[in-house]
Amino acid sequence: MPETTPSQTVGPYLSIGLPWPDGPDVVPADEPTAIRIHGRVLDGAGVPVPDAMIETWQADADGRFDHPDDPRGAVASGFRGFGRCPTDPGGNYEIRTIKPGALPGPAGTTQAPHIDVSVLARGLLHRVVTRIYFDDNDNSGDPVLASVPEARRDTLIAVKTGDGYRFDIRLQGQGETVFFDV
Amino acid sequence: MSAPAELRLPRYRRDPEGTHPPLDYAGYRSTALRHPQEPLIVLPQLLTEVTGPALGQGRIGEFDNDLTKGHAGEPQGQRIIVTGRLLDGDGRPIRDSLVEIWQANAGGRYQHTGDRWPSPLDPNFDGAGRTLTDGEGRYTFTTIKPGAYPWKNHDNAWRPAHIHFSLFGSAFTQRLVTQMYFPEDPLFSQDPIFNSIPDEKARQRMIARFDLDRTEPEWALAFQFDIVVRGREASVFEDEEDEH
Repeated sequence: MPETTPSQTVGPYLSIGLPWPDGPDVVPADEPTAIRIHGRVLDGAGVPVPDAMIETWQADADGRFDHPDDPRGAVASGFRGFGRCPTDPGGNYEIRTIKPGALPGPAGTTQAPHIDVSVLARGLLHRVVTRIYFDDNDNSGDPVLASVPEARRDTLIAVKTGDGYRFDIRLQGQGETVFFDV
Repeated sequence: MSAPAELRLPRYRRDPEGTHPPLDYAGYRSTALRHPQEPLIVLPQLLTEVTGPALGQGRIGEFDNDLTKGHAGEPQGQRIIVTGRLLDGDGRPIRDSLVEIWQANAGGRYQHTGDRWPSPLDPNFDGAGRTLTDGEGRYTFTTIKPGAYPWKNHDNAWRPAHIHFSLFGSAFTQRLVTQMYFPEDPLFSQDPIFNSIPDEKARQRMIARFDLDRTEPEWALAFQFDIVVRGREASVFEDEEDEH
């Protein structure tokens, strides 16, 4: 059997190869239910990370995927489900998407609406993975959040602002974002 | 026993210890303030993790896998063909999957405002490419061999020549970004990024193989680089079949 190729950092020049003009736009400009998720990526000294990239992957509004391994059946909705945005010099990113639906979880549980996130950057030899939940949803029954120490759960919850949701990512130190081993 | 309503999902195997670099690696200084200090929390592989985006269909231009085209002239440097297969850990080809690359020019300079070292830019080379794997998981790029370049990580530090590769596989769990290196590069021994991979054999899997068969006479040297993303556990369903 072939063995896995190791991960390496994206390095400082990922912006040559990875961003797309419409990368941050998971949904078309005229999508009426679009939301904006924005925030900053910060390092262990609280300094913005200007050379990171955020990637998002999520279900559609009905909690479905256009993917053959969804055992409920793939839905050909045309929903891309994927967004990517490099950080700007201030460490800011922004994704335009829709809020995903809730999803079935293990043993009859329900996963609250969430978005899976990969963070890539110079200084990250491997991507780090986190999840975005929403503070205006009921997240109480979510099995993944329940597995996270209570004091750290709020690092996974995007906060509603005037024009969308704010989700900051702290790579290290005080208020460090919860990262997952997937 | 699973409840009847339980969804049967594929599971992706963990890679053996030493396959991937640690996030905290003192030799690579940029990790110091960027690695999480809290332990990672195990994320069960649920619906969002075992699915993933199908990207690139209808978005790839005719010359997107030929980095020597699209400019007024040809770039400086040694023309090369880089080809290989995208496979999962069970040897299955991953079809119609987006492969993205980026690299420095022949003099080791990136087309990026942050790269200021005194090696010239090449007006005929941007250094970015993308393609989709074919029905057998194959991809091909035509480009030029990138040069080595200095960086400030340690005294007289130089990165070995490399091409950055970005792969998606077919599930979120399989996302991989790596670097392809060239055989017998004398700079390996002093490069902390290459050496961050604990397992020596795993490290060697990042080095392309010179391919005389694919080398085109009077035109271009060829290098072969197969990329392997995580494989699947045997599914519950298959296990049950085995019991009959």
